[in-house]
Amino acid sequence: MSKEKDNQGLVWEVFVQKKPGQPFVHCGNVHAHDSEMALQNARDLYTRRNEGNALWVVPAKYIVASSPEDIGAFFEPANDKIYRHPTFYNVPEGITHM
Amino acid sequence: MTKEEALFKYILRIADTNLILGHRLSEWIGHAPMMEEELALGNVALDLIGQANSLLQYAAKVEEKNKTEDDLAYLRNEREFYNTLLSEQPNRDFGFTIVRQLLNDAFNIHFLEELTKSSDATLAGLAAKAHKEALYHFRHSSAWTERLGDGTEESKNKVQNALNELWRFTDELFEMNEVDEILLKEKIAVDLKAIKPKFEKTINEILQRTTLNKPEKAFMQRGSRDGKHTEHLGFLLAEMQHLHRAIPDVTW
Repeated sequence: MSKEKDNQGLVWEVFVQKKPGQPFVHCGNVHAHDSEMALQNARDLYTRRNEGNALWVVPAKYIVASSPEDIGAFFEPANDKIYRHPTFYNVPEGITHM
Repeated sequence: MTKEEALFKYILRIADTNLILGHRLSEWIGHAPMMEEELALGNVALDLIGQANSLLQYAAKVEEKNKTEDDLAYLRNEREFYNTLLSEQPNRDFGFTIVRQLLNDAFNIHFLEELTKSSDATLAGLAAKAHKEALYHFRHSSAWTERLGDGTEESKNKVQNALNELWRFTDELFEMNEVDEILLKEKIAVDLKAIKPKFEKTINEILQRTTLNKPEKAFMQRGSRDGKHTEHLGFLLAEMQHLHRAIPDVTW
């Protein structure tokens, strides 16, 4: 049994695009031994209920992540700089995906 | 045999193969080698059972005996089923299941493509929808055949043995009888003689990418066109039909 458990392949992160032009959104991960199987597994797990029309799979080991200790230096300086947010513009009617 | 009787039997062949193979694949639920594969096999099973559902509805309509698709699925006996012998073979191991699926899918992608040209609009429409699903099923089963067939010594042996054992059920996929004769005249049925070389080309292409060998001159088993099956179908039907027969017209 333990041999089988260890033999599930790499972890791949899965990103689904709902419609053309929209961003690919992370939705979870799958196990697979290579890219084609990763794509098929992602399709079977995450797109069988009309969730999207395009898929990305990326080996999880290639994702570089910030760590919790970085929160202070990375993100907190943005908190008190309201002028960095484009909240002083009027958005024209008919603009979507803002 | 009237045209309607022939059409009824023709639809049952396709519907029953999907229903029985879908049931076989659903037996993997809770037992697949990895969670991702459990989902994949379950998805294929759902596609096939969905196709069977639509086809059996149509068969019931053609038969004009006031039956439903459930009557046809759950109240017929073994000898009244026309699914291929290939589809009813037990799952055994994952490699065996994959090879059974590959042979079925390689037939289906070519068969369904031709069936979309049928003069019977309902069959053509159902075939168009099913063909897309079959293309994906084939992608899945051929990818696994390549990987297992070109994998470890153990995986290669398992898949080669499966191929050797299942090859004897492949001739029957192309068998034509009176049903086909009547429906070919009406341009409803697919000429299976024309499908066979396409099937063989597809299988050869897949096997060439592996170290697997195509079995030579196997004894060819037949029977399902006459409702004659291997010993496995009866056990499958007992399980599949038990609930419906024990509690008639049960719903949930």
